[in-house]
Amino acid sequence: MTAKIAYDDVEVGTELPAQTFPVTRATLVQYAGASGDFNPIHWNEKFAKEVGLPDVIAHGMFTMAEAIRVVTDWVGDPGAVAEYGVRFTKPVVVPNDDQGAVIEVSGKVAAKLDDNTVRVDLTATSAGQKVLGMSRAVVRLA
Amino acid sequence: MALDQSFVGRTYPPTDPYEVGREKIREFAEAVGDANPAYTDPDAAKALGHPDVIAPPTFVFSITFRAAGQVVADPQLGLDYSRVVHGDQKFAYARPVRAGDRLTVTSTIEAIKSLAGNDILDIRGEVHDEAGEHVVTAWTKLVARAAEEA
Repeated sequence: MTAKIAYDDVEVGTELPAQTFPVTRATLVQYAGASGDFNPIHWNEKFAKEVGLPDVIAHGMFTMAEAIRVVTDWVGDPGAVAEYGVRFTKPVVVPNDDQGAVIEVSGKVAAKLDDNTVRVDLTATSAGQKVLGMSRAVVRLA
Repeated sequence: MALDQSFVGRTYPPTDPYEVGREKIREFAEAVGDANPAYTDPDAAKALGHPDVIAPPTFVFSITFRAAGQVVADPQLGLDYSRVVHGDQKFAYARPVRAGDRLTVTSTIEAIKSLAGNDILDIRGEVHDEAGEHVVTAWTKLVARAAEEA
C-alpha cells in the first residue's frame, strides 16, 4: 500500500478534490456488460416506466464505483481503501439524449483514526438530489 | 408477505472459485471510466506494492452478488425478487482483489426485518482466496418493496 497522502498532512475538514462524472445510456450499457448486471431498468425505458420509475436509472453500483474515485484519485493507490459503504437514497435518472446525467461527488476528512487511517465522508448528487447517503470510506494513508 | 425469521443466521455453502482476470479488471475499469494504472498496468501496480493489477474497490460486488443469488433465489425463503431494490452496500477489505485471485464467497443471512410492509434482507458475503485467506467482506442490504394493494 503506497498512499501518496501522508496522515500527518491531513486534518478533520480537509477537502478532497471534487469531481463530476457524466453518465449516458451508452455508459450504462457498458457497465451492464462489465458488471454482469443486466437488469432492464438500467437500459430499457419502457420497462423502467412500467415498474414505476421516471426513466432509465443508473446502476447503484455504478454510482458507488464513481464516488470512490474521489478517494482513490486522492490517495493514488486504490489498495489503500480499507472500508467503503453507501446507502442508495435516490436513483440517478439517465435520459435518452446526448447529455445523459451528471454525478457530482465531493469528500472531506471526517475523522482521523488509528493505524494511519482516516474516515472520508462523501457527498454524491445528481440533478440537485443527493443520490448516496452515509457514503463513507476508511483509507490508509502514508 | 413477511419472510421467515428462522432464516436469520443461515449460511450457504461456499461458491465455486471465481478466477479474477486482468482483462476482466480492465473491462470494469474502462466501464467506470477510471484510468488509474494500478488497474491495467502490472508494473504500475507492482510499484505500489501489489503483485499484479488490482481491481477497483467495487469490482468484487459482481462476485458477491452472484453468490447472494443462491439466497435470493432460495424458494424456501420466498423473496419476491421482482420487487427488490438495493438499499445499502458496504465492503471491508483485508487487501485489494487482484488478477490471479481465485475467490470463493460464503453468504450468510445476517438479518431479516419487516418495515411498513417492506421485507429487508441483510446478506454478508465473506470472500476468501485460494489459500483460505480473507480478502474482503461485503454486506448487501436488499429491500423487497411491499406489493401494491389489489
